[in-house]
Amino acid sequence: MTEFPPGLIIILGAIPVAVLRGPLRAIWMLALPVVAFAMVWMLPDGNHFGIIAFGQELELLRIDPLSRIFAYIFLIAAFLGIVYALHVRAAAEHVSGLVYSGAAVGAVFAGDLISLFVFWELTAIASVFLILASRTHDALAAGMRYLIIQVGSGVLLLAGLIVRWHETGSVAFGDIGLDGPGGVLIFFAFGIKAAFPLLHNWLADSYPKATVTGAVLLSAFTTKLAIYTLARGYAGTEELIWIGAIMAIFPMFYAVIENDLRKVLAYSLNNQLGFMVVAVGVGTDLALNGAAAHAVTHIVYKALLFMSVGAILHRMGTTLASNLGGLYRTMPLTALFGIVGALSIAAAPLFSGFVSKSLILAAVLEGEHKEAFFALMFASAGVLIYCGIRVPYFAFYGPDSGARPKEAPMNMLVAMGLAAALCLAIGVWPAALFSVLPFPLDYKVFNVYAVSHVVTQLQLLFFSALAFVLLHRFGRYPLPKSGINLDTDWFYRRLGSAALRSLMVLGTAIQTRFYDAVNRRGQRILIQLYRHHGPHGVLARTWPTGSMVLWVALLLFAYLFLYFFDIF
Amino acid sequence: MLAAHLPALQVVIPLMAAPLCAIFRRGYLGWLIAVAANWFAFAAAILLVFRVLEEGTISYAMGGWVPPIGIEYRVDIINVFVLLVVTGVGSVIIPFARAGTAARFNNTDQAWFYTMYLLALTGLLGVTITGDAFNIFVFLEISSLASYVMIAMGRDRRALTAAYQYLIMGTIGATFIVLGVGMLWAMTGTLNLADLAERIPEVSDTRPVLVALAFLTVGISLKLALFPLHLWLPNAYAYAPAVASAFLAGTATKVAIYLFVRIFYTVFGGSGFFSTTPLPEMFLVLSVVAMFAASVVAVFQDDVKRMFAYSSVAQIGFITLGISFVTEAGLTAAMVHLFNHAIMKAGIFLMLGAIMFRLASVQIDDLAGIGRKMPITMAGIVILGLGLLGVPGTSGFISKWWLVLAALENGHWWLVALIVLASLVTMLYVGRVVEVAYFREPSAKVAVMREAPASMLIPAYVLVLATIYFGLETNWSVGLAEQAAAKLMSAVY
Repeated sequence: MTEFPPGLIIILGAIPVAVLRGPLRAIWMLALPVVAFAMVWMLPDGNHFGIIAFGQELELLRIDPLSRIFAYIFLIAAFLGIVYALHVRAAAEHVSGLVYSGAAVGAVFAGDLISLFVFWELTAIASVFLILASRTHDALAAGMRYLIIQVGSGVLLLAGLIVRWHETGSVAFGDIGLDGPGGVLIFFAFGIKAAFPLLHNWLADSYPKATVTGAVLLSAFTTKLAIYTLARGYAGTEELIWIGAIMAIFPMFYAVIENDLRKVLAYSLNNQLGFMVVAVGVGTDLALNGAAAHAVTHIVYKALLFMSVGAILHRMGTTLASNLGGLYRTMPLTALFGIVGALSIAAAPLFSGFVSKSLILAAVLEGEHKEAFFALMFASAGVLIYCGIRVPYFAFYGPDSGARPKEAPMNMLVAMGLAAALCLAIGVWPAALFSVLPFPLDYKVFNVYAVSHVVTQLQLLFFSALAFVLLHRFGRYPLPKSGINLDTDWFYRRLGSAALRSLMVLGTAIQTRFYDAVNRRGQRILIQLYRHHGPHGVLARTWPTGSMVLWVALLLFAYLFLYFFDIF
Repeated sequence: MLAAHLPALQVVIPLMAAPLCAIFRRGYLGWLIAVAANWFAFAAAILLVFRVLEEGTISYAMGGWVPPIGIEYRVDIINVFVLLVVTGVGSVIIPFARAGTAARFNNTDQAWFYTMYLLALTGLLGVTITGDAFNIFVFLEISSLASYVMIAMGRDRRALTAAYQYLIMGTIGATFIVLGVGMLWAMTGTLNLADLAERIPEVSDTRPVLVALAFLTVGISLKLALFPLHLWLPNAYAYAPAVASAFLAGTATKVAIYLFVRIFYTVFGGSGFFSTTPLPEMFLVLSVVAMFAASVVAVFQDDVKRMFAYSSVAQIGFITLGISFVTEAGLTAAMVHLFNHAIMKAGIFLMLGAIMFRLASVQIDDLAGIGRKMPITMAGIVILGLGLLGVPGTSGFISKWWLVLAALENGHWWLVALIVLASLVTMLYVGRVVEVAYFREPSAKVAVMREAPASMLIPAYVLVLATIYFGLETNWSVGLAEQAAAKLMSAVY
């Protein structure tokens, strides 16, 4: 009995949710991740659930340290997400949220590429309803774009696995590597979900349009699942270091000028993924530990941030920074939790982000990837400015908007409280986290709270904070909606930031122009398509019988012609 | 011994049942007869499958006249597979028919409807099982004439013009087929397919045979609605009664596809001959065009039945694409999709029939918010739609999987991309229905609606479950298809 894929338990458990109501539903939903967690806890490492399908032996429950830690954190995130969403009445959102969580857990335990693919697509399909459930026109459009991209990723995965199966005769999901077309295809499939640079657009496009509660779940699963699969299949792939370094830096520039706080969070999500991707690229035991640990802490604090901003959206109906400000007066707890999340993402000592980021940075240094190290340092400094300070500042402090919303609902506060407690607990007592990391880590040798670590990080944070204060004081920090005005010299001294900035501006300009062109071209194509394929187009109208017969005659002649001249 | 006459009974029972319905002129009785006859035919097909798997090809001499003089019924792994699809789909559809026909027609018309249904079934089974070229034509006409009547019984007056056009086009198709058969007869002196297969190689590059080939190609392409000869199909499916749409979409084009592979692969001497003709290239191009053009048209359709009719044209493109590869994997893909698509499309048309029954419309704007009022029906459409898309866990995935494998085996990388892209277009039209049904406020008309009756939901859900079942357990569908494909490639009749 206990040897049953926990992901499937959650997916199947979602069915009764459609009919249950009231407290019974709440208890049932909360029990699902708890039961699944207990099962994973009790099962030893190994393959526990094989089935035969598609003529292949599929492993649905491969437990090893790497899958175990991701399953734990996914189940914790699912639990938090459920608590946070308890006030939502619509069953559809709960069902899709549960199926989505279950699919993510199922994917983590998939021991072969076929079952991975099945769960991979399921995450895409189930999660799109969390976006669509916003029921706005924007959300619908973004949801459809999201679905196409996500399903596209699944299709790439399918193509890759078929090619790989042809090449190697096995569909086992182990180390894949970039040699061979199959490996490359799968790499891009994972890359889309991990929001690699240039494949990242869906993330900032769709997450901010999801429902309040949906965004919390979305922020936890899809991208971290991709990190898991990358760690499994492409650990130590050199290219990932560069990809990750770029990922860690470039979203910040978009984030800093963004007005919608949820979009800021989406960009910062992308930036934090960069850290994990770099770590996977380094590929040593320490680095993979770092990637896994960062995935854990990141899921918690990012969920916490989305929760606190979501609470604002719930009460205020908007997350545009320019419409917010001064909310700490009436939402003190939300503000407090938001700040805990912000400090965690900024990796302040005693908060969770500090622990996991230290692992990654140490691994990068150890591997002597200097450029990547500086990129990550730069990103660490930046994250405080554009997210760590900015989000709480504009939301809860800043110029008073005059709004006096009520404090967030109880269930939201509980969820946020739990997440904040986790952030602090991991930060203060990292040994527990270290004990479940995929590779053994000697906590005595690797002391995250060594004086040098703490001092470096504090310096970084203080200077960044100082930069924010000065920029803000002299009116150079981009106020919401004030355009690109950031003087990056203050930002961080070591990089030629000015050049980078102008590059970014140029890049943005080119990108806008490119998208405009694509848009215009796209519209023209659509009009053409409609002209021919629309209800009155030549391909769709009801033809006169005579014309049909003409076609028949034409084809007959064509075939006669072909048969006569091709064969003789 | 009754079992020895199974091949004959397969066709004769529905044929005898048809006039019975007409004689009694009672709707309920007609329905009972139709169900009984159809279920018997299904049972016979299942028994035949087992017998063929055990004993190999069965040759049955009609009336004791030994072939090639008499008419031979010849059951091998290829056509028994098609028999199974036709009778199976029919057996599920016909129980569904009761509520809808009883509500719309008087007793006499109901009886006529079941008569026509049984005749159509007889015809399709006859085309599939017979080993005689002229017999094919006769049964083709029986099934076609019966389907014209069924289509014309649709509730919309446009059904009449649709039936008329189908009649003209179908007759042309049948005429072309009989012309082709006639020329083959003139050259070889036989109508028995096995005999033809022996004698054609000697004369295969004479002009009359080539002309016969051209007539047969166009005639059968018309029947199987290969782009651009599909023009009769959308209206015929859109305006026919739901049962007729489901039955025709599930079986008629499938039998035409069978006829095509039967004639081009086994009668004309297997893959060797097929690949010397320009047909593979022609089919490849037309299939790909069908996959895209018809899907895009479907996206823009406002009549949901017509939308899925166009989707049929596109899905037939997937099947003919598999045939055009001229490999065992390609034919397997084609046969598997023939099987899976029959189930999925019949299911979708039944679901639409249930909506039509309650709402009297399947215009997309009228369906706003229907997901809330007919949740079970819409859930079925979503699952079947996912099947069309090829989502794993549904049988559509198995089809696409084999098709992609076959394309890869031929080294057609770009085709894999096209197959995937075409599936994405499928997502657009399925998504459009889902969006309207679930994410719009119900209109006043929809707001007072109830779920469809159980007598409709149960048969439709059998097909939904089959779609899921054959997405997970492929021993039957793929197993039989593989054997059929191997037999087709070997060119032994």
